[in-house]
Amino acid sequence: MNIDPGWGSFADSKGPWGTGGSGSGDNEPSEGPWKDGSKGSKGSSPPQQGGLSSFEEFLRRNRARWSPGGQFPGRPDGSFLLWSIVAVLCLWMLFTSTHSIAPEQRGVVTRFGRYVYTLSPGVGMTLPSPIERVKKIDVESIRTSDLGSGSEEDLMLTGDQNLINIAYSVRWNIRDPQLYLFELKDPDGTLNQVAESAMRSVISQVSLSDAMGDKRIEIEDKAAQITQQILDRYHSGIQVQGVAIKQADPPAAVTDAFKDVQAAQQDAQKYVNRANASAFQTIAKAQGEAAAFDKVYAQYKLAPEVTRRRMYYDTMEQVLSKVPKTIVEAPGVVPYLPVTSGEAAPQPQSQQGQGQ
Amino acid sequence: MEAVRRHPWIVAIAGAIVLWLVFLAFPIVPETRQAVVVRFGKPERILNEYKPGRQIGAVGAGISWRIPFVDQIVWIDKRILDVDMQTQNVLSTDKRWLQVDAYARYRIVNPLLMYVRATTEDNLQAQLKTILGSDVRNELGKQPFAALLSPERQGVMDDIRNELNDDASKYGVEIVDVRIKRTDLPDGAPLQSAYESMSTAREQEARSIRAEGMKKAQIVQAQADADAAKIYAESYGKDPQFYDFYRAMQSYKVTFVGGADGKAPAPTAIILSPKDDYLKQFTGEAR
Repeated sequence: MNIDPGWGSFADSKGPWGTGGSGSGDNEPSEGPWKDGSKGSKGSSPPQQGGLSSFEEFLRRNRARWSPGGQFPGRPDGSFLLWSIVAVLCLWMLFTSTHSIAPEQRGVVTRFGRYVYTLSPGVGMTLPSPIERVKKIDVESIRTSDLGSGSEEDLMLTGDQNLINIAYSVRWNIRDPQLYLFELKDPDGTLNQVAESAMRSVISQVSLSDAMGDKRIEIEDKAAQITQQILDRYHSGIQVQGVAIKQADPPAAVTDAFKDVQAAQQDAQKYVNRANASAFQTIAKAQGEAAAFDKVYAQYKLAPEVTRRRMYYDTMEQVLSKVPKTIVEAPGVVPYLPVTSGEAAPQPQSQQGQGQ
Repeated sequence: MEAVRRHPWIVAIAGAIVLWLVFLAFPIVPETRQAVVVRFGKPERILNEYKPGRQIGAVGAGISWRIPFVDQIVWIDKRILDVDMQTQNVLSTDKRWLQVDAYARYRIVNPLLMYVRATTEDNLQAQLKTILGSDVRNELGKQPFAALLSPERQGVMDDIRNELNDDASKYGVEIVDVRIKRTDLPDGAPLQSAYESMSTAREQEARSIRAEGMKKAQIVQAQADADAAKIYAESYGKDPQFYDFYRAMQSYKVTFVGGADGKAPAPTAIILSPKDDYLKQFTGEAR
């Protein structure tokens, strides 16, 4: 990456070439002049050259400004700026070779693109930037991917061929940062796809009521497990922490029918409650009446005839005192009776006679 | 040195060219890529080739070399890539339509073959997409509707994977797996009928729940009536004759005077015969 700026700045340079080359010998053990670079050992690296080129360019520019005589750069009076450049270079090396890795991070180190090792939290040392690069990856923090229905319905088919509108989220973190970086082209997108596939395959094996109801936890566990299995097969370096179903509803088009089921359940409960109340009432009434009868009967037993007559007269008294009465003296004569109140015709009462 | 000082421009440009050649000659191969070095159109070497089971960082990636201008480098992704099938309608063996969405994950394991057969990754992707689509359609077309929703689905996916792998291996590609992402009912009539069947199923459930509730209520009530009858029988059974009298007295009171609820009875006029039992003392006769 930083080859290009070095190269570009070199092209812009205007200073004399040779002096810069000799100056580089002071601080870098490289082959120096470019002619050797092309045929030099394979170990010599373009980025190193790139670093040198920018340095030399800087040097040359300053040389042209301050000491056009072309003195040797190593001489202290030759260039004060040269030493400051060396200092800057040293600082650059220092800063790009020490890396502080936060506790939740790991540093994946690549040397010319090849993975070498992973830095643990703390301060880590590497070769300076163009040679070794460090990519810091947060491995501890749990990320959440929300899937399923957000603004619009996301319908899944259940095992009993019903549809369910489901929203869920996957919590995950990075287990192996180097796998995460190098194995999958799009690890985050892969995770989403895998999780959706896993959730759908789990949902397709359970019934609608299970998915909406008490089997949610099992479904979550199973989806997480399947997701993890698939991701491991990809060597994704992702650890699934869990799947959470946020919402599992019937589709909006049939919500009313589902609500009716709830209402029916409440209705059924209502019927039973009412029946229970009424049953209690019936039994209580029976018990009360039976108890009353028993009490009276106990007294009746003591003096049957008297009690019976007393009860008869009591009752008759109450009855006859409240109603209009006609007493017909002559037997066999049916009198024409006045209609007393104009409402109900009096009825002949004959059952009175049945009482003994 | 003199020459340099006299022609700084020439030297600078020469240096730039040399530097450029160096960059061309020593390419950096990252972990995520493999490369085919092509010399005059003929593939020469493969850089950082994928080998199953090889650890990351083992060998392969890093700095490499080539002869500038002679060797061309074709970069090919080394990671697991994915190809997403467009949503397709599939007709199952029992003539039901299903909307299927699938994806395949693959890795280019033979970059040389891939370069020869497909040249570019985009081209490869397009070809795989076509093959995946037809394989999915073929394989799912052999399945009954229910099988696509049941645990057998995994077997179906393996079949598709194998079939796709056969085709893909010709491109130097290994299919890691094929998964059916979604199997949905197509919009329109199938979806509507699914909704309807769901609705009617709920309706049925609601009705049966209500009926069940009523049944329970009736049983409770009947049981209570039975219990009450038993209580009455136990109590009244002691003396049926007295019960008859006792109950008659209660009944008269309710009929002519009014019950415990305070409701007035219908107006009644009573005609008594002097021979009535009640009036037997009234007429002065002894019994």
